[in-house]
Amino acid sequence: MNKHMKQDIRGDHRLICDFITPGSRVLDIGCEDGTLLNHLMGTLNVDGRGIELSQAGVNTCVARGLSVVQGDADLDLSAYPDGAFDYAILSQTLQATKDPKHVLEELLRIGKKAVVSFPNFGHWRNRLQLLTKGRMPVTDYLPYTWYDTPNIHFCTIRDFMELAKEVDAKVLKAEAMNARGKPITINAPWWVWNLIGDQAVFLLERN
Amino acid sequence: MTDTAGAAPHTSGATTGLGDADTQTHQDEINNPSSKVMRFGMDAPLQLDEGTELAPWQIAYETYGELNADKSNAILVCHALTGDQYVASPNPITGKPGWWNLMVGPGKPVDTDRFFVICANVLGGCLGTTGPASTNPETGKPYGLNMPIVTIGDMVRSQLRLVEALGIETLFAVVGGSMGGMQVLQWAAAYPDKVFAAVPIATAARHSSQNIAFHEVGRQAVMADPNWHNGDYASYKQRPTKGLAVARMAAHITYMSDSSLHTKFGRNLQDRSKVTFGFDADFQIESYLRHQGMTFVDRFDANTYLYVTRAMDYFDLAAQHGGKLAHAFLHTKTRFCVVSFTSDWLFPTSESKAIVKALNAAAANVSFVEIDSDRGHDAFLLDEPEMFETITGFLNSAAWARGLT
Repeated sequence: MNKHMKQDIRGDHRLICDFITPGSRVLDIGCEDGTLLNHLMGTLNVDGRGIELSQAGVNTCVARGLSVVQGDADLDLSAYPDGAFDYAILSQTLQATKDPKHVLEELLRIGKKAVVSFPNFGHWRNRLQLLTKGRMPVTDYLPYTWYDTPNIHFCTIRDFMELAKEVDAKVLKAEAMNARGKPITINAPWWVWNLIGDQAVFLLERN
Repeated sequence: MTDTAGAAPHTSGATTGLGDADTQTHQDEINNPSSKVMRFGMDAPLQLDEGTELAPWQIAYETYGELNADKSNAILVCHALTGDQYVASPNPITGKPGWWNLMVGPGKPVDTDRFFVICANVLGGCLGTTGPASTNPETGKPYGLNMPIVTIGDMVRSQLRLVEALGIETLFAVVGGSMGGMQVLQWAAAYPDKVFAAVPIATAARHSSQNIAFHEVGRQAVMADPNWHNGDYASYKQRPTKGLAVARMAAHITYMSDSSLHTKFGRNLQDRSKVTFGFDADFQIESYLRHQGMTFVDRFDANTYLYVTRAMDYFDLAAQHGGKLAHAFLHTKTRFCVVSFTSDWLFPTSESKAIVKALNAAAANVSFVEIDSDRGHDAFLLDEPEMFETITGFLNSAAWARGLT
């Protein structure tokens, strides 16, 4: 894959691509219109499958030739056998699940490795909005009001690391991104990432 | 397969509209079809699930497009309960266009410019493949109830024999809806190495209790017709057309949805301004169903209806694999595209989801699309652009994976 192409894709997708070994078996849970899956198949030659909740998303995926089924991350992962995939990807979906802990456990069961990207609710802008306005943060990246958001389980980078520990997962790699979707390259302690990271991407494996 | 024309003129009941010449044409189509036919002699019997063998036997089929040099571009289309081999060309009895003209043809999702399409009349059928209406060589009369019971597995085994006789090692795809979808699943489960891609549409891995019940009503209607004569109506030169028409009328209701019936007919009256306080077909829906029943008996054999509905009833893919549907697909390399329709209550989405769940458990390559439609089970035969986009996308991607151009 050339550098130019990398610039065209979404920030967290670019980081996810960096975590995936070419030619591997990948399940993208919450694959939307198949953008990431298509990219992974086109550039890394993965054997890719997807699950998407919205029927419109599924239909788009299948019409563009992707192997995608309609399904719910909370309910439908149990059908998959252990270790069926090299990577189980959950991109910007964890915060929309009913039971994130169970979903993460399922991810680690189905995939030999799990890749999770999520918005960091501990970002300083969110903290500032809550502190100064006393209201739930609404930002460009998280544009929903509290009562109509699909995102029902927000967490911070620290919260996620705590959850990973709880489900006995090892963090193999982690990256944080700034508001422009660029990786934060400075070597900083976790609390700094938790403050300035807009989104985070983790590569996990069961201990 | 159903006719989707609007309400027909009022008719007082189902009678056969066939003249002697037409009856002769029909009889010829049963034993010597105008389509292609592959004949197997006494030395090439067909093994049946009930434990017997059928010989001699024949399978009538039609083909479209060209088989490529390495014979890797063949698609088998499997037809539904009352369908036939004329998927994309006119039926010789009715003269109506191919039953899946919208899906199969040049530039269509199953593109005959790229693929070699085969469609065969099912075993037990009445348009050229051996079935209860075919002449039993031992008696010189139609088999009638002496025809062995056939299953979906038998139908698929007969198709495999045809495909092998055509010199095709592996099918690029097997595509079908309803009972055709059952054959697709059976193909993929029984001969996984011979099916590169499978497209089961509006179908189920087993026939539900409710569907067996509807079939039983239809069969009882046929058998209650005094002209049925225990299946030996040919000897009496009669046909149980009234019973078969009632069976078709009942079945036809299950192919549509409440909302499509309401939209199409509502409570509209047929050629009258008020009800007649009698049992004429006052309502358009009654007239429509009577028309459906009447035209059906012109092209279909009553015993065949019994046999083919029975084949569907007996279908239970999980039961063939120790009660676990996932075991039917273990280690499969076939790519699947499962399609259902929101308003289909005969083969509801839950049935397709059960298939998808089993395929996922077997770690199979599967796509699943539920199409939003209010046209009920029949939607798979109709103009449903989203279905066409799905199948075009799926077949293109599979063709690319198979190295087809």
